[in-house]
Amino acid sequence: MKKTLISQLVAGALLAVGSSASAQSISNDTVNIGVLTDLSGIYSAVEGPGGVVAAELAVEDFGGTVLGKKINLSSADTQSKADLSSSKAREMFERDNVDMIVGNVSTSSALAAMEVADQLKRVALVIGAASLPITNEKCNPYTVHWVYDTYALANGTGAAVVATGKKSWYFLTADYAFGHTLQRDASKVIEASGGEVLGSSAHPIKSNDFTSYLAQAQASGAQVIGLANAGGDTIGSIKQAAELGIVGSDQTIVPLLMFSSDIQALGLRETQGMNFTVGWYWDYNDANRAFAKRFMEKFDGKAPTSVQAGVYSATMNYLKAIEATKTDDADKIMEYLKANPIDDGLFKGQIRKDGKFEHDMYLLQVKTPAESKDKNDIASVVRVIPAAEATLPLSESTCKLVTGS
Amino acid sequence: MFELLGIAPQALVAQLLIGLINGSFYALLSLGLAVIFGLLNVINFTHGALYMLGAMFTWIGLTQFGGWIGMPEFEVPYLVALFVAPLIVGLFSIVIEKTMLKRLYHLDHLYGLLLTFGLALVIEGLFRHWYGALGNSYPVPDMLRGGLRIDKLFLPYYRLWVVGLALLACFATWYFIEKTKLGSLLRAGTENPRLLQALGVNVPLIITLTYGAGCALAAFAGVLAAPIYQVTANMGSELIIVVFAVVVIGGMGSIAGSIITGLSLGVIEGLTKVFYPEASSVSIFVIMIIVLLLKPAGLFGKVR
Amino acid sequence: MNTTAFTKISIVIFAALVLLPFQDFVYDLFMMKVFCFAIFAASVNLLLGYAGLLSFGHAAFFGAASYVTAHAMKEWGVTPELGLLIGVGCSTALGYVFGSLAIRRQGIYFAMITLALAQVIYFIATQAPFTNGEDGIQGVPRGEFLGLIDLGPSSNMYWFSLGVFLLAFLLVMRVVRSPFGQVLKSIRENEPRAISLGYNVDRYKLMAFTISAGLAGLGGGLKSLVLQLASLTDVYWQMSGEAVLMTILGGIGTLWGPIAGAAVIINLQNYLANLGGWSTIATGAIFVICVLAFRRGIVGEIAHRLKIQL
Repeated sequence: MKKTLISQLVAGALLAVGSSASAQSISNDTVNIGVLTDLSGIYSAVEGPGGVVAAELAVEDFGGTVLGKKINLSSADTQSKADLSSSKAREMFERDNVDMIVGNVSTSSALAAMEVADQLKRVALVIGAASLPITNEKCNPYTVHWVYDTYALANGTGAAVVATGKKSWYFLTADYAFGHTLQRDASKVIEASGGEVLGSSAHPIKSNDFTSYLAQAQASGAQVIGLANAGGDTIGSIKQAAELGIVGSDQTIVPLLMFSSDIQALGLRETQGMNFTVGWYWDYNDANRAFAKRFMEKFDGKAPTSVQAGVYSATMNYLKAIEATKTDDADKIMEYLKANPIDDGLFKGQIRKDGKFEHDMYLLQVKTPAESKDKNDIASVVRVIPAAEATLPLSESTCKLVTGS
Repeated sequence: MFELLGIAPQALVAQLLIGLINGSFYALLSLGLAVIFGLLNVINFTHGALYMLGAMFTWIGLTQFGGWIGMPEFEVPYLVALFVAPLIVGLFSIVIEKTMLKRLYHLDHLYGLLLTFGLALVIEGLFRHWYGALGNSYPVPDMLRGGLRIDKLFLPYYRLWVVGLALLACFATWYFIEKTKLGSLLRAGTENPRLLQALGVNVPLIITLTYGAGCALAAFAGVLAAPIYQVTANMGSELIIVVFAVVVIGGMGSIAGSIITGLSLGVIEGLTKVFYPEASSVSIFVIMIIVLLLKPAGLFGKVR
Repeated sequence: MNTTAFTKISIVIFAALVLLPFQDFVYDLFMMKVFCFAIFAASVNLLLGYAGLLSFGHAAFFGAASYVTAHAMKEWGVTPELGLLIGVGCSTALGYVFGSLAIRRQGIYFAMITLALAQVIYFIATQAPFTNGEDGIQGVPRGEFLGLIDLGPSSNMYWFSLGVFLLAFLLVMRVVRSPFGQVLKSIRENEPRAISLGYNVDRYKLMAFTISAGLAGLGGGLKSLVLQLASLTDVYWQMSGEAVLMTILGGIGTLWGPIAGAAVIINLQNYLANLGGWSTIATGAIFVICVLAFRRGIVGEIAHRLKIQL
């Protein structure tokens, strides 16, 4: 039912009359879930249509109904643009009565959707976006950040590389908030472990030529060239680094954010041996592999990314929360999610009061072309990073829900 | 003195060389645009998409084509792609010219621009739909792998090859237009097509072929680019407005002007990446504003 | 040309728009977005359709006003009409500066200078601290109109936007039907003739450009209030291209054209958004078809058939 003036007035009257009754029931008699993601743009392979499939799997596994009410799944394309995300989120919440949006890849899109969710008091489960501010300075009570963040990436990959003795770094940073945050978080880790940041180049996002910056990195003599960028920028940097002979030399390229989709776009020859951190990997244990198998049947034989698995997990746990609290009221759901630990076979951990889902992370290493058995077999887990190490301690948090300001 | 600039002399040389390489792409692409504008008075927005097609066809030839003809192991060699891709794109653009562009010549050249802009969107959209947004990797051909290592400097052979070929293509085009008889017919067609037609020259044919050739040049640049940049559907769209700026700075219709301007701007952009990298994508536009205010028809252009 | 038919049709359309919140079929946020882009397209139409000048850089005015209004609403807490005024003031000033630089050249050079200047604005938007780069300015409050009416509720905001659109529409109508508008048309038809008749052609072009910039800013400022967000997309060059498309699709040189074009394009983008790349393909196809076979645009075609001026 669309929100028109008359229906708003009527709804308002009814609400005033029946407010006590509605607190323990499902609004509009259905549970509406919206997958708000990048369906056609630069991050579509990370979350995108695969994320929609993951959500569909979750609804299917849950049985299609909760508390006897039907579950409706819809999706919308943000193209990783903040303004599209904002208007689609508003449309979903206001016009389509969506109760929860899941996905939200790309930090600027996520923040825009979170803003709308906060205003309208609906749940926003952020899966694909990366930046720490989502649960730190920009936190709000209706958000859960599910799979990973820049702190985890810095502490996962950054710390692991410094531990192997590679202490001098040069950064190639995408010139926007995410890139700078990632560089800052990684620099902290490097300096804390006795390393040194020799310099950095901030490049415009969506550049296609990185040779100039890579040449500067080469000239600096740093042992590590850290890539604080994402998507096409990361792919371009690695490809050109290989061309400039950096890959295989005594300088190492370390992409701080990389997904299996990026590796597949580049090929194993260019990326072999690289380390990267993720919140979940399909080939880690039997439960993950079983899920991946079912996902691949529905998604063209492609294994799920950590983000797509996160969408499944978030949707599943949301439905479980509704079942437990007997309502889809956002405040009650958030209360439940933050009070009860998560253990759904894919993810295991606890959602904190700042909205951060604290769980283990995994340090991966890309396989050589010889080791890889098929297109999905691209990496092996080298180390499990314990949750406490991978998450910003609450004592350092600037989230208003934690500091109380 | 170099230390004052904060950069070692070697590193500066490296950056200049990198700038030159980018500049040769700009030169090659702006050449095609300048030729098309000079003769047809058409601002060919499709140029970026055609450049992308050149790269795409090269990649398709390597990875997909074999599957289509039932021989999955078959790979179209790079050197073959260098000729075939521009040919295909050239033919495709001739079809566009004959079926669509031709109808707009009598109108304001705004419409030609809008048509080519729309076509660019369609081509890009289709390829994004078929091959995804992240694109694909095309490997550097084996014979051109590796490079010269001078101290900390590393010059990939492939990049040197690109500069060489691009300059060769530019020179060949310039020579053809300025020094041959056919080229002089082309130039005459720019000045006064009616008179030329009256003298018995098939002007529409010349126009069609010129358009095809200009577009083929774009595709040629695309083939050269495939091993360097990721082959994505929108690899041309960011590039196209920069190339327009290059053409405008050089002076529309001036062949030598486009080449020199392209190379110089590549170098300037390269230096910006060293000293103020965040501004590298806007540097060429700032230069364009300054140039156009001082020299209305561009650095080498003739006021028409 | 029948102007009373125009007046009758216009009144009917406006009446329908006023009653929009009372029905279920069209979502009012969608319509508000259409108003913003209709104003933007109207600004391009004014410049292109009446003065014959194609600008590639109008997103600079649209986006700059969007950011300025957003900032004013969020940081200074002004009322929405004041916020809009400040935004429009900025875009007008920017338009005057850009216009003075660009007017010196003609045709494609003029268009390229506007594009280059817009790219500079884009660059500034990515670097300036108050724009928050990629994230944009989010959570822009809608404020209280005249300090009395809260624009938070959808319907109130809708009627406010409709009012702003009506204002823009009347402004364009006034400009186009004035002696100034007639001179512009003559410049478009035959510039050398206009010069020989003694008109200071450059001054007229600059005036038109400045007014157009202000109008684009009105669209941008309104957008930041409607969507409560100002982002880099607003200043990006593709936004300029979209405005040109809406103008052409709607019908260059018509008064109702811009909103028709805006409605179709936004609807299309919305509808195709879930089908991946089809949005781009469809947009491109519309461009091509319009240019080849449909140059009068939707409203232009209707006006031609009915033999009236729309």
